[in-house]
Amino acid sequence: MPSISRDEVAHLARLARLAVTEAELDLFAGQLDQIVQAVAQVGQVADQDIPPTSHAVPLTNVFRRDLVRPGLTQQQALAAAPAAEDGRFRVPRILGEEA
Amino acid sequence: MSATVELMDYDEVLERFDPVLGLEVHVELNTHTKMFCGCPTGFGAEPNTQVCPVCLGLPGALPVVNEIAVASAIRIGLALNCEIATWCRFARKNYFYPDMPKNFQTSQYDEPIAFNGWLDVTLDDGEVVRVQIERAHMEEDTGKSLHVGGATGRIHGAEHSLLDYNRAGVPLIEIVTKTIEGTGARAPEVARAYVATLRDLLKALDVSDVRMDQGSLRCDANVSLMAKDATEFGTRTETKNVNSLRSVERAVRHEMTRQAAILVDGGSILQETRHFEEAGGTTRAGRRKETSEDYRYFPEPDLVPIAPTREWVEELRATLPEMPEQRRKRIQAEWSLTDLELRDLINAGAVDLIAATVDAGATPAEARSWWVSYLSQSANSRGVELADLPITPAQVAAVISLIADGSLTNKLAREVVDGVLAGEGEPDEVVEKRGLKVVSDDSALYAAVDEALASQPDVAEKIREGKVAAAGAIVGAVMKATKGQADAKRVRELILERCGA
Repeated sequence: MPSISRDEVAHLARLARLAVTEAELDLFAGQLDQIVQAVAQVGQVADQDIPPTSHAVPLTNVFRRDLVRPGLTQQQALAAAPAAEDGRFRVPRILGEEA
Repeated sequence: MSATVELMDYDEVLERFDPVLGLEVHVELNTHTKMFCGCPTGFGAEPNTQVCPVCLGLPGALPVVNEIAVASAIRIGLALNCEIATWCRFARKNYFYPDMPKNFQTSQYDEPIAFNGWLDVTLDDGEVVRVQIERAHMEEDTGKSLHVGGATGRIHGAEHSLLDYNRAGVPLIEIVTKTIEGTGARAPEVARAYVATLRDLLKALDVSDVRMDQGSLRCDANVSLMAKDATEFGTRTETKNVNSLRSVERAVRHEMTRQAAILVDGGSILQETRHFEEAGGTTRAGRRKETSEDYRYFPEPDLVPIAPTREWVEELRATLPEMPEQRRKRIQAEWSLTDLELRDLINAGAVDLIAATVDAGATPAEARSWWVSYLSQSANSRGVELADLPITPAQVAAVISLIADGSLTNKLAREVVDGVLAGEGEPDEVVEKRGLKVVSDDSALYAAVDEALASQPDVAEKIREGKVAAAGAIVGAVMKATKGQADAKRVRELILERCGA
């Protein structure tokens, strides 16, 4: 029995703003389930004494000095924006914030 | 507009419920550059002029951590009596909202840089409440939205929104308390006092300019009510947009009375974000809270872990300043202030200014007198905070020393201060330009005295006859002739000398 349900795929798709068709929900539920099971095997070999690894390079504390570096001009920043107004990025009205 | 909201009488709320608080304070650091890129962080620049591919989330841009921001985070943690992580990571908090161009906020999730601390908060009557600190973690600020169309710049009814990303990526430390219980009727006051104490602490650490009005210090207040016979916490709401200390207190109080009315009516509290409305002191519903799972946090692959060495942590600990509470106690003793006097100075925002004036050479009594009387009046009439007056403690100290050495009278000193406030330069320059020096040259004074005596022969006669009280009229005339720049005491001496009285 798949541990990833259609509803969960639909929820994830919504969070990721992906348009997923009804047919794809079934397809992805099955695929995601296989992926999750494959990844879960790591848990069988990794014991408490093995720290979770998120980075492949053995580095820590890579810092930058607090010095200002030139960035983009307003014109450059807005150059690729689909719409701009008054030096700002213009976006469609934001829904769902207020009841 | 929302329908009228039922509120329960505050005393009744307390008879039936115990309030439970959780406070989240976001503080923008005063670093020169952003958390992950070299863009400047100054407030008030033209929109989208302090941006680069990293903070705009352009493809391929890679973040690099600002070392000073990490140092500030550790110092804040230490000042809050926290443990400092030996190893921690950044995480991506994924959500879609136009104020975050990357579509995720780089934050910390289950591995904050600082955790398990506490902060002692002194209430107005001297009672001390120890607030437990859950964690302090590093993250980045979002951009600013401007809502166009609809009423007064609100999202509601807006036709579209305009985004300025100058603030996106500014280093932010989020400080989260553990639940604060058992404060009863004083919960709103505890919330305000906590934020005020934290603000003073952050200011003393010099890690932020802590301007609530400019958003560099922001408080989200989580409030829930627990029925007197209950064993579990009630559902909480999180009130955002609380932009002043007074608002923190009002917001908590309002939520208590609002939630209580719903609960006794058999209703239930929705776990949601609410927005504080400054005008009425009320809150209104915002978005439903996403669950933590919905943010799909995962370790930030573009930033390697941070592992502060214990040596570094101890170096940073050594940089901690005297804590505000201790400093206050020391100042109170050194300046011989009563509790009330000290509180007045604190409320007037005068303590730091007076201390700096004393450091610049003035006596505490004179420094205090200038800041709480003449300068406070000037600030009032200009409608600005005392600290925002265009005069420095060093300049005030300079004026005070000019009085002390007899160069200025109090009246002239006020004119000098006016000149400094008007942007005419340093006190010495104002004295020079306005010609305000006390006339201490006796020959000039003799001339003025002789002239005044000659123009009022009858008064002069009386003085000569021994009626020294009559000298007042001549003193007045001399002071008028010298435009108040003479030392009245000296003038009187000269008059009596001239009249042989």
